[in-house]
Amino acid sequence: MLEIRDVSKSYGTRRVLDDVSFDVAPGRMTGFVGGNGAGKTTTMRIVLGVLEPDAGTVTLDGAPLGPTGRRRFGYMPEERGLYPKMKLAEQLVYLARLHGLTPADAKRNTDELLARLSLAERAGDAIEKLSLGNQQRAQIAAALVHDPEVLMLDEPFSGLDPMAVDVVAEVLSERARRGLPVLFSSHQLDIVERLCDDLVIIAGGTIRAAGSRDALREQHATLRYQLQTDGDAGWVREQPGVAVIEADGGYALFDAETPEAAQRVLEAAVARGAVSDFARQHPSLSQIFKEVVR
Amino acid sequence: MSTVRETARPYSAGRSVWLVAMREVIVRLRSVAFLVSTGLMLVLILGSIVVSAVVSANAADPKVAVVQGVTLPAGASVDPQDVATRADAEKLLKAGDVDAALIPDSGPLGFAVLGDDSIPTGVVQALSVSPKVELLDPSGAAGFIGYIVAIGFGLVFFLSAMTFGSTIAQSVVEEKQTRIVEILLATIPTRVLLAGKILGTTILALGQVALLLAIAIVSLSVTGQSELLLGLGMPFVWFAIFFVFGFILLAALFAATGAMVSRQEDIGSTTTPVTMLVMLPYFATVFFNDNPVVVTVMSYVPFSAPIGMPLRLFLGDAQWWEPLLSLAILVATCFAVIALGARIYENSLLRLGQRVKLAEALRG
Repeated sequence: MLEIRDVSKSYGTRRVLDDVSFDVAPGRMTGFVGGNGAGKTTTMRIVLGVLEPDAGTVTLDGAPLGPTGRRRFGYMPEERGLYPKMKLAEQLVYLARLHGLTPADAKRNTDELLARLSLAERAGDAIEKLSLGNQQRAQIAAALVHDPEVLMLDEPFSGLDPMAVDVVAEVLSERARRGLPVLFSSHQLDIVERLCDDLVIIAGGTIRAAGSRDALREQHATLRYQLQTDGDAGWVREQPGVAVIEADGGYALFDAETPEAAQRVLEAAVARGAVSDFARQHPSLSQIFKEVVR
Repeated sequence: MSTVRETARPYSAGRSVWLVAMREVIVRLRSVAFLVSTGLMLVLILGSIVVSAVVSANAADPKVAVVQGVTLPAGASVDPQDVATRADAEKLLKAGDVDAALIPDSGPLGFAVLGDDSIPTGVVQALSVSPKVELLDPSGAAGFIGYIVAIGFGLVFFLSAMTFGSTIAQSVVEEKQTRIVEILLATIPTRVLLAGKILGTTILALGQVALLLAIAIVSLSVTGQSELLLGLGMPFVWFAIFFVFGFILLAALFAATGAMVSRQEDIGSTTTPVTMLVMLPYFATVFFNDNPVVVTVMSYVPFSAPIGMPLRLFLGDAQWWEPLLSLAILVATCFAVIALGARIYENSLLRLGQRVKLAEALRG
């Protein structure tokens, strides 16, 4: 378990992080969501030790992080980059060895990873000679080559085409299934919604919401229902404890004052004819996001 | 990749520094520009030594017709050809078969030199005898050779510091410009990265100088000109020691000032003051190497000590403790500047975009 506790950071008089606390649990994909300048990158840099916090602690499995602990992390910074003139495989071996792997382990991991990412034929090419897509994959490889025990990825999906998004998503999920804590940030809320188990929402340097995706959805769910019937659904307006938002032919969208009121609508609908759809609406991540950052 | 491996050996600063240093060395050794410039320097040194050897070897002893009755002085380096009469000698001289003729003469030498249409200087020199000279203060005689040695020390240090100083500055900016620096800083401490880059560049600079020196010494010995090396022994050892620390000092400054910009094009805007620190001592050596006050001051100022102190040792006007004191000052400055440089480096490395102001880089 990676625990971030009461982390604050200011640049001059500008406070960019204010008492930030959240957990990244092993075996779970944690989505880290926030607008530009919300503090995502600063938080990740502090976890990686690239920046010093003004206050607060970062611990992994209860132990404070030092140089030895941090080399178990795999990090993909938002600002991408590798040595342009260095050969792909050589560069990965170098990074793996900087993380403390033996030359033999570094070589083996590099070969396996390049094969996994379909980059094996490019092993001897300089980074600058690779296509943009392959450079992105090389960047992923750089974060994974030392078999990290924690993954921190800042905007891993930005600039990827849909195919590459799937490849990267699959690689990350695989690591999470293996029991690694995985934290990734993204602007693309639909991808986060699809991939994450847990969610952390940050705005203006403070954590606005944190928890499992399903619990957050539950928490932000309203008593809004949709109904689809055979006949005209105009009668729903007459039901007690119900406010119709939209009605069109057999379709009605309504807010109920209580779950019981909604149940009465369903019973009435079934009594009138066939019901093809009756469902409580779950808020989308972008709805939750807009609500909590407001 | 599913097997559990012993990853993450305990962190070792030494091993990380070494890894960074070796990458610097390998990348540089593969750079065509570096190989070509080193090769050119080798060819230049080798060429000048071989040419000077060939020129002196081709200056064969002058051919001289010796008329009967003339006794050649012992040790005269001429190629003699005995002839019977002055008429025979004149004939050979006219035909150009000999450079001069020696004819009997009543003077103190017992012979005179007969030339064709000009004074045969080479022959005259070969037959001249110089008196033995002793000096009360032998160090004063080193004028010209002292100048050569001063320029030599100065040039070697100047060229290395300029070449490899800009190399390390570019390498720092490259990491910043390509953004890989953030991955590096997330992996190893900033100071380890800086130390590795300085170590790697120092190894390269020393290696290049050692290679050039080795070539010079070997080719001088092979071509029989090794007497030029005499008297350089101890000053040379001191030069090597001062070179190492003087170089590290400058490399740290080049790395720190390089870190303040984000693009290769902007390097000059922050490294210029450091470049001046390299150039001023060199020009001072060229123009003031015969001014004892200037040379003495230079031998203690850390940035010029690698040139000044070995020169004074060569000229023999430094007390035994002076190089030690100067070295102590240099090493102390080195530590102070590395601490300062590391601070600038740490505070500037993650600031992209505009160039970082020195005050901000120092304050953090």
